[in-house]
Amino acid sequence: MLTLLFDGIAYGMVLFILSAGLSVTLGLMNFINLAHGAFAMAGGYVTVVAMNRYGVPFLAALPLAFLITAAVGLLLERTLYVRFYGRSHLDQVLFSIGLVFMAIAAVDYAMGSSQQLITLPAWLQGRVDVFGVAVGLYRSFIIAVCGVVVVVLQLILTRTRFGSRLRAAVDDQRVARGLGINVNLIFAATFAAGSGLAGLGGALGTEILGLDPTFPLKFMIYFLIVVTVGGTATITGPFLAALLLGIADVAGKYYVPEFGAFVIYTLMIVVLVLRPHGLFARAR
Amino acid sequence: MVDRRSVVVGAAAVLAGMAMAGPLPAAAADPVRVGLILPLSGPFASTGRQIETAVRLYMEQHGSQVAGRPVELVVRDDTGTADLTKRLAQELVVRDRVAVLAGFGLTPLALAAAPIATQGQVPQIVMSAATSIITEQSPFIVRTSFTAAQATVPLADWAAGNGIRSVVTLVTDYAPGIDTEAAFKSRFTAAGGTVAGELRVPLRNPDFAPFLQKAADLKPDALFVFVPSGVGAQFMKQFAERGLAQAGMTVLAEGSVTDDDLLNGMGDVALGVVSSHHYSAAHDSPGNKAFVDAFRKAGGGARPNFMAVGGYDGMHLLYEALKKTGGASDGPALVEAMKGMSWTSPRGPVSIDPETRDIVQNIYIRRVERVNGELHNVEFATIPAVKDPVKAAKP
Repeated sequence: MLTLLFDGIAYGMVLFILSAGLSVTLGLMNFINLAHGAFAMAGGYVTVVAMNRYGVPFLAALPLAFLITAAVGLLLERTLYVRFYGRSHLDQVLFSIGLVFMAIAAVDYAMGSSQQLITLPAWLQGRVDVFGVAVGLYRSFIIAVCGVVVVVLQLILTRTRFGSRLRAAVDDQRVARGLGINVNLIFAATFAAGSGLAGLGGALGTEILGLDPTFPLKFMIYFLIVVTVGGTATITGPFLAALLLGIADVAGKYYVPEFGAFVIYTLMIVVLVLRPHGLFARAR
Repeated sequence: MVDRRSVVVGAAAVLAGMAMAGPLPAAAADPVRVGLILPLSGPFASTGRQIETAVRLYMEQHGSQVAGRPVELVVRDDTGTADLTKRLAQELVVRDRVAVLAGFGLTPLALAAAPIATQGQVPQIVMSAATSIITEQSPFIVRTSFTAAQATVPLADWAAGNGIRSVVTLVTDYAPGIDTEAAFKSRFTAAGGTVAGELRVPLRNPDFAPFLQKAADLKPDALFVFVPSGVGAQFMKQFAERGLAQAGMTVLAEGSVTDDDLLNGMGDVALGVVSSHHYSAAHDSPGNKAFVDAFRKAGGGARPNFMAVGGYDGMHLLYEALKKTGGASDGPALVEAMKGMSWTSPRGPVSIDPETRDIVQNIYIRRVERVNGELHNVEFATIPAVKDPVKAAKP
């Protein structure tokens, strides 16, 4: 039972890291970026290439995945995304889904379509007993990393000058500009950080979720569910939503396997019927 | 402008020429077109690549002339989408006038093309898809791959005969998965074993944790697994992570799980998995060694898997059928020639069942071991000439 809860939390944590960037772009910047999964995939492939081809240790590959994906995100934001901030949501959707298909084809061409595998260091393999509960080492590692990320994100957003500027830029762009805040710079940095987080999520998720060129399409639904259920206004919303969904998914598949695949969708519908703006929406 | 008279004269000359030369040489110059429909992009592209490499390898080794007729390959990519397969099959039959349709990476793709094969009276050689019902969908379908149940039933016998009393089944929730689950269960319970639990995993399932936890709680002697080949690696990793092997649980797998194409990348977690299938790249025969070497050369070092051997044998079947008909390529004659055909494939002796047009072949029980530094499915028991049990059970 507790093992189940633990697995659910680890799964939810991976979901959160993967979707955190999306909740930032969607919620804070009001941009529908369906290509978010492509950044996660990029992070996964950076890890695979770094580890398998250049022998980079796993722990060093994780920051590498974050940095390279963030750099790619920044480049694309400056060259492409910036032109779409003012456009309608339909344009944004068409643009980003096109980007997804291009990413899939490019990765397929460069890396082949098969599943990519990494080998974890020995100290992350296997499981240990903690007070009678069997706990997977890698899953504990994920929970630890994600926990740190959540705290850091929350602190940046609420306690730093950058965070307050970002919130100001989102609340009212024109006034923020008028006050001398460099909105473009803030958006670019935020977008890069969001992409980097997705890359980190992809790197961490490779072992659990698998990695092949269809990754962005396979998990697009999951990202969107986490963000819609959590509401897009805060970091804590998607975080709690991801945990809830992770635990519900694992428990659903364990206790009612016939219905297992539908549990998270049902949960999403129930939440959205009760609270159309998500669990933790700000009053608008 | 060409005036009417010259057309008439020309036509008359051609007719006269044909009458003098007789009909056979005219047909001899006419190529036999083979429409090969495969998923060459998208998630199942590795299937397509394996089959295409094998088919081209066969043609390279055996020449592109059979019974006096050149064989032409027309390759189309269906991306693994059934409606596209159907459209491509239609185009190939109607516009390109192919004599044979071949390929078909997945069950829905083979099913989508079946009505075209029937209406066009074109043989459809299924080189990969593995659901039992496929060959029943058209009298023109002939299969050179395998059926999931065919590969599974011998494993149930082996388990029952080797001290495994209780099993939990874990299959992917789609037609071949349900086929294998039913086949394994009925055979294993008939042999006195018990199935303690039947777990079905959704097709797009990222995390096996809850299912493996359930299996662990049921404490069976062994876990029977069927998942599509790409997911096998993920499954094995999570199985190992949970420490189920140390807890004494054996993995019994349908052979797709330890697909030769991916097996080596799975790492040591796959060691000791017992599986049953019709082909292993480690199959010990001179014919297979030659095939594996030639394939590695043609495929840029890749190891051939069971998809490749299905493609290779599919071409062999077509070549032999053309020899038997003396080059005649009309559909009913070709299918008739294919029925009952038997030959020695890289996988061992095989034949086409004349009643069901499905393949009859040896099934091997294998264990994953390290051979010359690479992981291989090493065969240690053979069940000769296995027919598809699902169709055999029907009256």
